[in-house]
Amino acid sequence: MEHFQVNGKVNRKAGGDRHQAITGVNASGNLEVLVERVLPDHECQVNVTTAVNGFRAIWEAVIEEFFKRGAPGGLRFWINDGGARPDTVSLRLMQSVRLMEIES
Amino acid sequence: MTLDEVLNSLFPSGHAVERGPSGTLHGTAKVENEGDVTVIGIVDGTPLGVDGAILLAGHVLAAMEAGGRAPIVVLIDTSSQNMARRDELLGLNEYLAHLAKSLELAAANGHRTVSVLYGRAAAGAFIATALSSQTLVTLPGAEPSVMDLPSISRVTKLPLEQLKELAKSTPIFAPGVEPLFATGAVTETWAADRPFAQRLTALLGQAAPTSDLRDQIGLERKGRLLARGIAQQVAAEAGHA
Amino acid sequence: MSNLTQVYEAQWYEASARERIAGLLNANSFIEFFGPERRTMSPHLAQFDLTGAFDDGIVVGRGRLAGKEVFVAAQEGRFLGGAFGEVHGAKLLGLLRAARDGAGRGGPSAVLLLLDTGGVRLQEANAGELAISEIIHAIVQVRSAGIPVLALVGGRSGAFGGGGIITACCSRIIVSQHGRVSVSGPEVIETNKGVEEFDAKDRALVWRVCGARTRYLSGGTDRYVKGAIEDYREAAITLIEHAPPFALATLTAEQQRLTERLRRFGDCRDAPEIWRKAGVPEPERIADLTDDVFLTIQRIKGADHDAR
Repeated sequence: MEHFQVNGKVNRKAGGDRHQAITGVNASGNLEVLVERVLPDHECQVNVTTAVNGFRAIWEAVIEEFFKRGAPGGLRFWINDGGARPDTVSLRLMQSVRLMEIES
Repeated sequence: MTLDEVLNSLFPSGHAVERGPSGTLHGTAKVENEGDVTVIGIVDGTPLGVDGAILLAGHVLAAMEAGGRAPIVVLIDTSSQNMARRDELLGLNEYLAHLAKSLELAAANGHRTVSVLYGRAAAGAFIATALSSQTLVTLPGAEPSVMDLPSISRVTKLPLEQLKELAKSTPIFAPGVEPLFATGAVTETWAADRPFAQRLTALLGQAAPTSDLRDQIGLERKGRLLARGIAQQVAAEAGHA
Repeated sequence: MSNLTQVYEAQWYEASARERIAGLLNANSFIEFFGPERRTMSPHLAQFDLTGAFDDGIVVGRGRLAGKEVFVAAQEGRFLGGAFGEVHGAKLLGLLRAARDGAGRGGPSAVLLLLDTGGVRLQEANAGELAISEIIHAIVQVRSAGIPVLALVGGRSGAFGGGGIITACCSRIIVSQHGRVSVSGPEVIETNKGVEEFDAKDRALVWRVCGARTRYLSGGTDRYVKGAIEDYREAAITLIEHAPPFALATLTAEQQRLTERLRRFGDCRDAPEIWRKAGVPEPERIADLTDDVFLTIQRIKGADHDAR
């Protein structure tokens, strides 16, 4: 089991005004993402819990890419991973930002 | 303990309890200060299936129809629910639920329900009998469980030795009286140092429980540290909705 | 916790717990209790090298179903098979106790249980089993207070083990084709009694023995719906008005119908034998029918009852 945190500075803050959202499921090949709007506008943080050890470098690469493309400023993410592939991780992170951008 | 030993030690003043079909037990017995109590049971290690469950439920309903508030004592030495195609085809879940509901209704209608586990009980049989009464007591030799460790090992894919080691530090999954006492399932464990008949009289002499306190008890005994608090928090949030 | 403003998934089987709730209740009416933002997860999984779920696999809250206030619980069947653990079970228990305490004082008109579970979570076996028993007791209390409790089953995990028992403690039960309701799982029966008794790999057999159509035709459930969330919604709205009381008369009637079922079909080995004895047309073809055709079949005598 591994727990780690990736922090980043991003150019754009996440749109919308929702405070929190959740997407995905912790099931085989999938992951659950909880997101909260609790950080300063240009900061971002992803907390990962995974039982698949040894892939931290890949997680960090995926998350750094997401910071660049996803405009998640102000958001803190929590992940329960069920052994998802990197593209599934990217997808869920983007989905979660989409949910935060929905007009509440 | 054998069934006869259990019957004689619980009801030394006399009983008219007999074995019925499908491993069931039924009759009445005398308890000091209580008069006659209804006795039912699933015994001889017989798994609890559709046939046994409908018989037992029938006895419980008959006790209610007879009126009065005679306690119902459930003697248990079963195994698990009957694992058979026929029972599932016929809707075993309904039969076990029906027995559980019948015991619940009896208690709500003033019949104190006490389960006395002196042998085995597991899984669905455990839920429909022992756990469906207001009080569960164990006698020496009782073996309550959800599932045996080798089966848990198979399903969770954790080696048996590792499971046994884990079981030493947490009562949250292991079979046996101690973990089930700690988590709140077992109300009292009766040792032979005091006559069981006396203990039964004392138990029935106490006021009947007015609510299900097992989560509270599990917290006090440190077997279930979270359940009580979470149930309360959810209820509080729902109440102020 | 914010819910989706759009329902992306219209089918019950494919939907997540939250999607089912969103599609079942009036739009935007759902308010979650003790949500995932608390991150109150199971403390018992890490020692088995398992990661958890922020809501421990169950969503509880309140909302509106047509004109009525209801409490809802939805299990996520894809997280550890939707199984009952300590936190999971306690959330549902708290919801039921609140429903009981709110009776007659502005509380909910009904409780909807969206069950999708393999039963007890073995890693937390004792807590899960106890929770199931506490939940059964609480359901009885809610029903005794005059509040119907509905079971809605049709997800990937079905309603197995203690989940099957909880289902049959509810006032009314709704299923769709994918649903299974049972106590012992097919694999467990095969392991214990051999493949002759139950070939767990024979999917057709599994559905004949514990699938939704068998349950519905025999009176083991009260409604069979097509698989859209909207179909469950319609059925729930109707069934809330037709829930039997939790009383001696109800259980006496249930004793009669369950006794009668054993008398008539107690020696049957498979579902088609039951259908043949009961005069259901084309007994071997029940599984092959479309939902529309299946819904035209008359249930066996006594299956339409309110003895639950």
